[in-house]
Amino acid sequence: MIDLSINFAGIKSPNPFWLASAPPSNSAYQNCKAFEQGWGGTVWKTIGEPVMNVCNRYGGLDYNGQKLVGLNNVELISDRNIEDNFKEIAETKRLWPDRAVIVSLMVESKKETWHEIVKRTIDTGCDGLELNYGCPHGMSERGMGSAVGQVPEYCKMITEWVTEVSTIPVLIKLTPNVGNIQIPSRAAKAGGASGLALINTINSIIGVDLDTFELKPSIAGKGGHGGLAGPIVKPIALNMVSQVALDNEVNLPISGVGGISNWQDALEFILLGSTSVQVCTAVMHYGFRIVQDMIEGLTFWMEEKGFNSLDQVRGKSLSRIDDFGNFNLLHKTVARIDQDKCIHCNLCHIACEDGAHQCIDLISENGKSKTIVREEDCVGCDLCSIVCPVEGCISMVRVDDGKETKTWNELVADFKKDNTELTWEKLRAFQKRYGIEIH
Amino acid sequence: MINLAQKLTEQEYEKNFAELHPPFSKNSAVAEANRCLYCYDSPCTKACPTHIDIPGFIKKIASENLKGSAKTILEANWVALTCAKACPVDVLCEGACVFIEKNEKPIEIGRLQRFVIENYFHAGMPKLFSAKPRNGKSVGIIGSGPAGLACSGELALLGFDVTIYEAKEIPGGLNTWGIAPYKVRQADSLKEVKLVESYGVKIKTKIRIGKEISFEELSSKHDAIFIGIGLGESFDLKVEGENLKGVIGALEFIEEVKAEKWSKVNVGKRVAVIGAGNTSIDAATEAKRLGAEHVMIIYRRSRSEMPAYEFEFQLAQKDGVTFHFQTNPVRVIGSNSVEGIECVKMQLAELDERGRRRPKPIPGSEFKIPVDMVIKAIGQQTNTDLLGSIPNLKIENGMIVVDPETYQTGNPKVFAGGDCINGGKEVVNAAYDGKRAAHGIYKYLFGK
Repeated sequence: MIDLSINFAGIKSPNPFWLASAPPSNSAYQNCKAFEQGWGGTVWKTIGEPVMNVCNRYGGLDYNGQKLVGLNNVELISDRNIEDNFKEIAETKRLWPDRAVIVSLMVESKKETWHEIVKRTIDTGCDGLELNYGCPHGMSERGMGSAVGQVPEYCKMITEWVTEVSTIPVLIKLTPNVGNIQIPSRAAKAGGASGLALINTINSIIGVDLDTFELKPSIAGKGGHGGLAGPIVKPIALNMVSQVALDNEVNLPISGVGGISNWQDALEFILLGSTSVQVCTAVMHYGFRIVQDMIEGLTFWMEEKGFNSLDQVRGKSLSRIDDFGNFNLLHKTVARIDQDKCIHCNLCHIACEDGAHQCIDLISENGKSKTIVREEDCVGCDLCSIVCPVEGCISMVRVDDGKETKTWNELVADFKKDNTELTWEKLRAFQKRYGIEIH
Repeated sequence: MINLAQKLTEQEYEKNFAELHPPFSKNSAVAEANRCLYCYDSPCTKACPTHIDIPGFIKKIASENLKGSAKTILEANWVALTCAKACPVDVLCEGACVFIEKNEKPIEIGRLQRFVIENYFHAGMPKLFSAKPRNGKSVGIIGSGPAGLACSGELALLGFDVTIYEAKEIPGGLNTWGIAPYKVRQADSLKEVKLVESYGVKIKTKIRIGKEISFEELSSKHDAIFIGIGLGESFDLKVEGENLKGVIGALEFIEEVKAEKWSKVNVGKRVAVIGAGNTSIDAATEAKRLGAEHVMIIYRRSRSEMPAYEFEFQLAQKDGVTFHFQTNPVRVIGSNSVEGIECVKMQLAELDERGRRRPKPIPGSEFKIPVDMVIKAIGQQTNTDLLGSIPNLKIENGMIVVDPETYQTGNPKVFAGGDCINGGKEVVNAAYDGKRAAHGIYKYLFGK
């Protein structure tokens, strides 16, 4: 029996899929509908200070005909009456006791204000709090959101204000708009946080209208920076999640957020240390129903791989993360083209020729073009196989015998041992010894 | 004709002759363009007789640089709208698409090209090319079909003073008169005529060489001559009864239909089309769409020898046209007009010089089919009257012999391209010939 349930710092959820604090989790209507579809939890759209939104709020980024690979927004926190929100949170939790209901909060940086909203929110019966230190627009100008997340001292201070009165777990939602994500993570930990959620949206301008010269979205001709989400932010989020997961000074459960559209995306976050995952843009694009495939896909994958619970999966790829200095310099691969599969688009040739190391020749054979790799000149960069449109046509084949390894760090240490400096000549001598040609 | 098919309503005619392939919307064109892999040294470009940079123009659709896309297409092909709609793309560009090797649907290159060129005309045909300064030489073009138009447009860009002489009242040649209306409308072809004219080419219509002007006079007026006259009348069946009322050549019939005054075109209730080439299919489906109750194609060989493209054959079948293979007419029956056709069954014997099995009548297998109309679609004759008036032309198998590089004929001042040099190919071949011949003429007159 596959068990998808999680326990996130005491918050229990039948599966790891939560709605992120965002437009889809704005109301009882939406959250209850999401639970009906199978979502394991929700982070209620941030409540707090009085705000008012504008039209238009979103800008979509399309790429080669694919809609919404990125979504930018200038929407603020919940603009609904806070009393209505409290009422609906309580009602939702009452109707769905087995699901995780976490409430996102953001108020001005005053201890009393925080104390008050925390107490009132806990009174709804919700399972946890998520402090929004992430919004990069609108709220940050008022000293909230990312204005907090970007200053570790504020991050710690406000977290302390909350944790000193909270009786339920407190998550900190971090902004990615910082140099080193570990620093605000440690501050949150120091403030007593029970868990982290990352990433919030990335500061961005999604585009410019070439006819009107206005930004997208245009608010009566004006526009400004917004928060970027959607599939394109996933690689950034994955990196930040892994950085925090690997930080021994943090050691908190993580809710992974950023560009998750399906179970495969979710799994990547889990393999890099996330306990739960949060989804927004994909729901805004396709609706709550996407969770059905997420649950099923994850279940089937676990069955196939022989895992029973997510505890066995979580963080499994973290041990694979290392510094460049520890990569094996003697690992050698070359590109091989399966001529039977080749459809003769010649993209590998032009990519290698113009964008890499000029080792794929284009020849004409029986009136057809043919691409041939000069393996002795191939540096094993992998570009050709990445651009190839045919599955399994170009593979990177290992050609070293795997017996010897030498990392950059080891190489530098060798020189140190000999009390010599690393020079180009010495590096060339090392390469020559192992038959490594540089092109 | 004994029995005339019942006339249809205007709406029915319009519906029957509506386009086979609907145009792309902008969004669907961009989506399709994005599906293109943007192959390098691409097979589609090689397969196109005019070698349009197909991935190049498609990439420009994706970035909505539609003007640039039109430029890429038109610099290779002056009659790109007609080609986009009438080209047998399955056997040319789309047939070479790498997606086919991937067992996937090829890029819809024809429809994308059409999207770009229609958009270009819709945008008011903005100038894309600048002609070289006038070089002081003039060229006379005989025929305003695709070869003549392509040659003229290219010559105009090279700085020539160009005049087209067209026998018909409306220019465009087969593009205007010879392609089924559900593929290309007259208005499409006339836009391409306008495009060529916009670069200073003059078109004189209703001028027949040898009638209104002699070839000699024409030749004296110009520094070079290009012949793009296509082919002549439909071949005769060479059987008894051929002159009965109701027997018509396919080209002549298609021309009547192209005038788009559908209700004026008489068509029999039962129609026999002789021959199974692409023109035959056009005539048969057009007869059907005009209201003929029963249209049959009679062909002396079997389906596998049939010259019509597979997709044309399928179109005819979809229209309900029936096929009598290995059948040959021996007599058209009737007192004043066609009442029937007598045919004989054929057997296929030894291979002929072109590697096709030679059809032979089966004695005693004659049978009669009641028909009201017979359409001759067994090919077109060479226009010997006109060609005979031009000195030093070399003609082989009814085709003008030209230098394959320069398109120069046996008469150094005279160049030729299109159906009159190849015996009848595609519009796109004529477009390429005309363009190349223009450069041949330039080389002839300027030595480079």
